[in-house]
Amino acid sequence: MNPRRRLSGGGRGDTVFKALLFLAASTIPALLIALVIELTRGARQAIDRFGAGFIFGSGWDPVAGTFGAWPAVFGTLLTSALALLLAVPLALGVAIYLTEFAPMRIRRPVATMIELLAAIPSVVYGLWGIFVMIPFLRTWVYPVLEARLGFLPFFAGPVYGPSVLSASLILTVMIIPFIMSVSREVLLAVPPGQREAALALGATRWEAVSTVIVPYAKSGILGAVILGLGRALGETMAVTMLIGNRHEIAASLFAPGYSMAAVIANEFADAAGGPLHESALIYLALILFGVTVIVNGAARLMIWRVARRGGAT
Amino acid sequence: MATSPVSAIRTERLTAAYGDLRAVYEVSLELAPNRVHALIGPSGCGKSTFLRTLNRLHEETPGAWVEGRVLILGEDVYAPGVSPMPLRRRVGMVFQKPTPFPFMSIAQNVAAGLVAEKGLSKADVADRVEESLRRAALWDEVKDRLDADARGLSGGQQQRLCIARTIAPRPTIVLLDEPTASLDPQGTQRIEELVFELKREFTIIIVTHNMQQAARVADTTSFFYMGAMVEHGETSQIFTAPVDSRTKDYVTGRFG
Amino acid sequence: MMDPRARRRAKSRVMVALMGVTVVVAMLPLILILASLVLRGAQSLSPEFFVNRPAPVGELGGGVAHAILGTLMIVGTAALVAVPVGIAAGLYASEYRGTRMAQLTRFVADVLNGTPSIVVGILAWTWVVAVQGHFSAAAGSFALGLLMLPMVMRTTEELIKLVPNELRESALALGYPRWRTTFVVLRTALPGIVTGTLLAVARVSGETAPLLFTALGSEYFSFDLDRPMAALPLVVFKYATGPYPEWHQLAWTASLVLILVVFLLGVAARLATRQRL
Repeated sequence: MNPRRRLSGGGRGDTVFKALLFLAASTIPALLIALVIELTRGARQAIDRFGAGFIFGSGWDPVAGTFGAWPAVFGTLLTSALALLLAVPLALGVAIYLTEFAPMRIRRPVATMIELLAAIPSVVYGLWGIFVMIPFLRTWVYPVLEARLGFLPFFAGPVYGPSVLSASLILTVMIIPFIMSVSREVLLAVPPGQREAALALGATRWEAVSTVIVPYAKSGILGAVILGLGRALGETMAVTMLIGNRHEIAASLFAPGYSMAAVIANEFADAAGGPLHESALIYLALILFGVTVIVNGAARLMIWRVARRGGAT
Repeated sequence: MATSPVSAIRTERLTAAYGDLRAVYEVSLELAPNRVHALIGPSGCGKSTFLRTLNRLHEETPGAWVEGRVLILGEDVYAPGVSPMPLRRRVGMVFQKPTPFPFMSIAQNVAAGLVAEKGLSKADVADRVEESLRRAALWDEVKDRLDADARGLSGGQQQRLCIARTIAPRPTIVLLDEPTASLDPQGTQRIEELVFELKREFTIIIVTHNMQQAARVADTTSFFYMGAMVEHGETSQIFTAPVDSRTKDYVTGRFG
Repeated sequence: MMDPRARRRAKSRVMVALMGVTVVVAMLPLILILASLVLRGAQSLSPEFFVNRPAPVGELGGGVAHAILGTLMIVGTAALVAVPVGIAAGLYASEYRGTRMAQLTRFVADVLNGTPSIVVGILAWTWVVAVQGHFSAAAGSFALGLLMLPMVMRTTEELIKLVPNELRESALALGYPRWRTTFVVLRTALPGIVTGTLLAVARVSGETAPLLFTALGSEYFSFDLDRPMAALPLVVFKYATGPYPEWHQLAWTASLVLILVVFLLGVAARLATRQRL
């Protein structure tokens, strides 16, 4: 009588094959580890010199050797937050409309067009931003805002074309397709029974969406939004081209500013301040990397949770 | 150590499970060569799991394990050190849904099982392909388009192609897991006729949830219920004079 | 005064209309951008644009042939390494699904896919440029390859999972060893994998940031991977932010070419899936 045994299927060729595939798969976690190690190593000089105070210091002077990241950090957070504020209602509106209300015929074409938006390279957004969007806003929109709302510090003059507001607006356009497509997937995963039950109980189409479907998909949508945030935080080229590139914080949105990615993009190839300058830039990259990993990790967990729940019904 | 040469397959107290879930419990069965043996029973009774222990496909599912002995032509196929791959060349299997390999022609599909056979020239392979397609009653329909993609065939033709592919390596035993479940009545009939022909060369074990099919094609029938093999005997006896009351309830349509 | 029922229905109609408006607002930039690209970019679009190097500063004419070649070389080299490794990694993650390495790889790939490309560029700079002491196209390829790797891996994994289990079992039932079975499955999923790979190549072709301090860009036509090399996105960036109006015009045209390349790759990607019977 043979006892219970774990059985293996393979021959020698299989072990080699599995080993090769394993090796290939291991490059991915290895890449993450490499990023952590090399970024930390490169930033070591700046970390030793400035410590955690780097994040909150102002004053970025490559010549003098003082590096404070706060304007760049603040600029990153501000532009991303503004972009999110504007993009989320639009992206959600489109996602809900496409999954719930749009006539069947236009769903695929519109979804494809939004995907096309996602395929446009960042640098092309930047180009369009400089030569089309900013002149337009500078002529028709900003003066109006300054005139009407100039009493608020956020809209006080002087009004610049390349500014925090301009960068935030282009960022909005760029993250809408992203938030929209992930939200759409989440909404499509909601069991149709939910909607039918709500409608059967007499809810209007809007009520069915707002009181049943969206709450059901709540954490998935939140995950999509956070993924959008992650995208906005790391966006480089378009922001560099529109934000004005000034290591300063002003109260007004019309003033130029900076973002972490933009600083690196502008200064890294030619770090005039020598090894310390380079190290400070890598320190910035390390912070940027850490923030996006945390944000993306959290978002993935949330989306994964909804996927599990939706499938279990 | 030879056991009775009369049986093609013999299991001794075979238990097969997935983790904690025992699907087949202590089944001892002896099946004679060159006969058609049907395994019947309600859904979830373990007949498919039992079938899959015979070519050691069961263990490809993570967490699956077996206990007991399975003797194919006298050899214990679960003995330590025995590789499942040569076994599977001697015990072929056809599945419920036809599975032609995509992007391969009809001829390439039929020859797919021959890759491991050494010493076959291209001519030998071509002969084998023709021989298998003839045996599977498909040759006349495809002889002019052997290079066409296999997925261009109808469902019934694809299933006969899978049968041809399975018998090309000249196995001793052929396992059929609900082979006509996804076919129309004409396709089903052709496969059943085929089974009758094939038993001259092969030992056939067929799992079916269609009792009439078992009555039509099988020499012996085994009734499975809740993981146990309840009754086994000549098909005529199982259907006209079942001994166990559960068998009787099943074959008279009381349940399942 | 409307009764509450009618009021709710009116509200519903308003909200639906409002959401329809968001679609229009969201699509507006796309239309505007594409229109600008075509209108402004087409002005300088001529055969010589594809064939010439840039003209000296201040002169009209010139082209981006060096950048087109550069993009092809840098992206091509990156794909040559990243695609096979990515496919192999994806195969591991789907064939050995339950293992810890598979789950880890899947999660990390998703995280990496969200990492800013400029950060990956710094890794390439550290390992290639800093070590060699000079900028090079190879460093740029390395950066782009690292970006492509998790993309290709996830695509492959998702597509292999879609192959029906009966197909795998049929191969196993013929006595195939694990590796041969995997090849049958891979062959089945190949159209989709090609699509995903082409889409990854398209995305990576438009990347600028990681190239800024690896391939650096160049004015010259070159096949030398060990020296700096031009690339279309770099050209767009340099010309768009430069002081000369002629450069700005070139930036538009170069952008148009870049978009065409990206979109063509996307079309090719969809065609690959259409090929299946």
